Amino acid sequence: MTTAPAALAPPEALPQDGIVNGKIGIACMIISEIAFFGTLIAAYLFYIGRDINGPYPQDVLDVSIAPLKVLFNSIFLLISSVWIWLAIRSMRRGRMGAFVFWWALTVLCGAEFLVGTGFEWYGMIVDDGVWMGTNLFGSCFYTLVGFHAFHVTMGLLVLTLVLVLALLGHVTPRNVEKVDLVSWYWHFVDGIWIIVFFVVYIFGNMPVS
Amino acid sequence: MSALQPPAAAGPVPFLSRLHEWVATVDHKKLGTMYIVCGIIYLIVAGLEATMMRWQLAWSGMEVLTPAEFNRLFTMHGTTMVFFVGMPILLGSANYLVPLMIGARDLAFPRLNAFSFWLFFFGSLLLYFSYFGGQGLYGMGSAPDVGWFAYAPLTERTFSRGHSTDYWILGIFVAGIGSTATAVNFIATILGMRCRGMSLMKMPLLAWIMLVDCVLILVALPPLAAAQILLLFDRQLGAHFFDTQAGGSALLWQNLFWFFGHPEVYILILPGFAFVTEIIPVFSRKVIFGYPLMVAATVAIGFISVGVWVHHMFVVGLSPMLNAIFMGSTMLVGVPTGIKMFNWVATMIGGRIRFDTPMLYATGFLCQFLLGGLTGIFLATVPFDWQVSDSYFVVGHFHYVLFGGLVFAIFAAVYYWFPKVSGRMMNETLGKWQFWLLVIGFNITFGAMHVSGFLGMPRRVYTYHADRGWDFWNLLTSLGVIVQILGFSLFALNLVHSLFRGRKAGDDPWDAWTLEWSTTSPPPPHNFDEDPIVHSRRPLWDLKHPDDPDWKYE
Ligand SMILES: [Cu+2]
Repeated sequence: MTTAPAALAPPEALPQDGIVNGKIGIACMIISEIAFFGTLIAAYLFYIGRDINGPYPQDVLDVSIAPLKVLFNSIFLLISSVWIWLAIRSMRRGRMGAFVFWWALTVLCGAEFLVGTGFEWYGMIVDDGVWMGTNLFGSCFYTLVGFHAFHVTMGLLVLTLVLVLALLGHVTPRNVEKVDLVSWYWHFVDGIWIIVFFVVYIFGNMPVS
Repeated sequence: MSALQPPAAAGPVPFLSRLHEWVATVDHKKLGTMYIVCGIIYLIVAGLEATMMRWQLAWSGMEVLTPAEFNRLFTMHGTTMVFFVGMPILLGSANYLVPLMIGARDLAFPRLNAFSFWLFFFGSLLLYFSYFGGQGLYGMGSAPDVGWFAYAPLTERTFSRGHSTDYWILGIFVAGIGSTATAVNFIATILGMRCRGMSLMKMPLLAWIMLVDCVLILVALPPLAAAQILLLFDRQLGAHFFDTQAGGSALLWQNLFWFFGHPEVYILILPGFAFVTEIIPVFSRKVIFGYPLMVAATVAIGFISVGVWVHHMFVVGLSPMLNAIFMGSTMLVGVPTGIKMFNWVATMIGGRIRFDTPMLYATGFLCQFLLGGLTGIFLATVPFDWQVSDSYFVVGHFHYVLFGGLVFAIFAAVYYWFPKVSGRMMNETLGKWQFWLLVIGFNITFGAMHVSGFLGMPRRVYTYHADRGWDFWNLLTSLGVIVQILGFSLFALNLVHSLFRGRKAGDDPWDAWTLEWSTTSPPPPHNFDEDPIVHSRRPLWDLKHPDDPDWKYE
């Protein structure tokens, strides 16, 4: 419809290639997730030390480096952010074999975190007898850590899907920008865990004076 | 897609294929229309709920409704109006208008857009299904009766038996996910899909305001979802978040709810601002006064509105210091809002104003929203709030904002953009009758509420004694409703009549300046035959006045 007047140069167009939109979309989704977790974390902080009956976090949480305990699992989860970064870097350089290797390692580390969390929960529920309805600590702990684990699970499903597609040869270096968006989400899940860990296992676990 | 198909052969399209076309659509115009139609249906439902309450309250000691029915009605009225009237009409208008105004083919993620609509749709059904399923297997239907802000611990299983509160949680939760996804969609669309030449500062203000609105949705709706999950866990898994006997806190719910609830008010009113910001310049035949200031004021409102929520909790008994801080921050909202007010008025001053129906409604919005804003400043003052909190004064105040403000802005928008959507003009005579009936009915109803509030009438009571002196003012409030119903009926008549018999509109009936008026009415599925190119904030002005284009001055 509009023809530019002769005096005007036609202005620059936005790239409109879909990837920019995807980046904005994922960034916005992560902002809304931060608002969601922020609320759960606020509720957790609000209730620290308000329990009127035990077991208290100090009795239950084990922050040692022992296998399948939380610190051990956290290291696996956090290091997976490095693996996924290496995977994307390999893909950018067109090395699909290396991509599959690092990507599979990411999936394995994420799976270790989930399995470890499962063992931790098993111990807490069966041995220590703490569940949602036990006390405020139980309600807060399982809600916050549970929602994080749920997000890890969702992430793992998408990661596995990409892995399967890559093994079937449907992922090529041309798709790198889209696959990169998956890694954004994974970095978010890892990043939020650092905060959850400090709130639940350090700050909420201080010895009672 | 359908644009590429040859035109259908003679004969009407069978009903089922037309239905399928709408159900399976990812087109922003169809989805926008569906949002708005659903919103209007729920407007009728929630309006009837209000009418029944006003019948019960018209005089002291009436027995039209039982107390339990009354509690359900005010809960469903408030919840429906906010989540299933306000939100869909706003998201629907944004759906229809934003891509057209920024010269885009569709939203950034059309399928996500359709998904969001259906989440909203089924979420709303879930809420209303509570009338049948609320008591589960007990066999008796009942809707939620905990008020639209559902204060804990009233919502705990101890006090709210059956499943009505669970339906309240799930219905809003599901619809909320849809709204959040739509917000993501709009931000990506507005930032990434603008046409050639449309820099951010050349964007129509409607797009700017919707951008800020969507950022607010992004920040405010997830906390509500999280709070509702805590409540759901309390009710279904035996958690103790709001269980005061186990150390839980009712105050946490209030904080979380209003951290969502106050921004929600701005999420609702900002699109109203957007409509009048587009309409007033066109009917004043002037550019909007202070475009950059309007952008700045919108962004400022967005920022301030997430830091004022405690003003809903002044009577809870927080520390005086906290109350004072939030009183200050609430007053601060008046500054950017005032800037907008002055900009709209300054746009009208010296213009050649045409009082067509859209402009009438926009002017009505200015006057009535101003009154609602002023009583808002009263209520922000802690000692004043202590006197009238939870009284009919508050009810009157927020209806001046949301009805006198938002609904009037929505009517302005309907009369303004209906020709674009349907290709036909709405009837001006009926429109003006409707306007005056609504103005009179609205001010009788909600003006009188301020007085009954001052006389001490608390909100949410289902009846009152004759010796309180509230009868006259309540009767006035209820009589106003009859006038309003007349107005709304005229609107329904006008809508149906104009849809089939209205005068043909043409592409640009108002001689307007934004891109949606450059395409046909209704627009083709692909919106524009050629990708638009803009050089100024009023691309159509440049086209119509090549000798004196705007881009020379911007
Ligand atoms: Cu507020």
